[in-house]
Amino acid sequence: MQATSLKPLKGVKFWDQHARKTQILVLVAVITNVLGNVSLSHGMHQVGPMLAGSLLDYLKEFAKALENPWTILGICILMVWMLSDLALLSRADLSFVLPVTASAYVLVAISGHFLLHDRISWERWTGIALITLGVILAEETPDRTTKRPSERRL
Amino acid sequence: MKWMLVAIIAVCNTLGDVLNTAGMKRQDEVEDLRPRTFAHMAAGIFRNPLVLAGFAALTVSFVALLSLLSISSVSFAVPATAISYLLETLLAKYVLGEDVRLRRWAAAGLVASGVVLLSF
Repeated sequence: MQATSLKPLKGVKFWDQHARKTQILVLVAVITNVLGNVSLSHGMHQVGPMLAGSLLDYLKEFAKALENPWTILGICILMVWMLSDLALLSRADLSFVLPVTASAYVLVAISGHFLLHDRISWERWTGIALITLGVILAEETPDRTTKRPSERRL
Repeated sequence: MKWMLVAIIAVCNTLGDVLNTAGMKRQDEVEDLRPRTFAHMAAGIFRNPLVLAGFAALTVSFVALLSLLSISSVSFAVPATAISYLLETLLAKYVLGEDVRLRRWAAAGLVASGVVLLSF
């Protein structure tokens, strides 16, 4: 509780507090999603293409990929992402979480542009704008509209 | 074959997310970011048949994605992602009973079209 709760302001309703904590989890999920995928992708590029004729070959290639520190780091960060995503789904609607966490796409495209100097075509800029608009629209809806099990029993 | 895989990815991805949401809603809400809270949540997951079924569906979706990537380019996986956004919003409304109105439909539609445009 101490880690995330903000001092309750006078007159702030329960739902505002609830939404604030959800936003923090969204932030964690989006950042770990981006960092995990970037790290995994960097590692897999160092390892090289996984070309396998049989399942056994494939497993051998997979084991080799696991020797790369970037791959391991990526997998660890993505495990944190998975947990934070499930934590989000425990408290917020799926139809809220989906569009809001799509901001990861925007973050990947923008960071690729500024860090790796990827060229972004006008189609991609339009895509970034549409996703951003979708994230903002979803952010304006309440994070949870379904009842909790305890409320259902009442 | 390609479109068959796209369909499998979209359906299993949707099924996985919907099952995970239904399952997680039966567990305690995660209230904070303390490691103990997350350990409690993770322990609950292994006793939660809905989430375990969700993981199974997501695994099938992931294997199908790997197969698709091995026979076509990444851009071919994009329609599956875009369809998933719309299909999941539909199921969120009618199966999970979430209050999906114009704003959320618009959000899902904008994100789905944005994902398609990002692949250009």
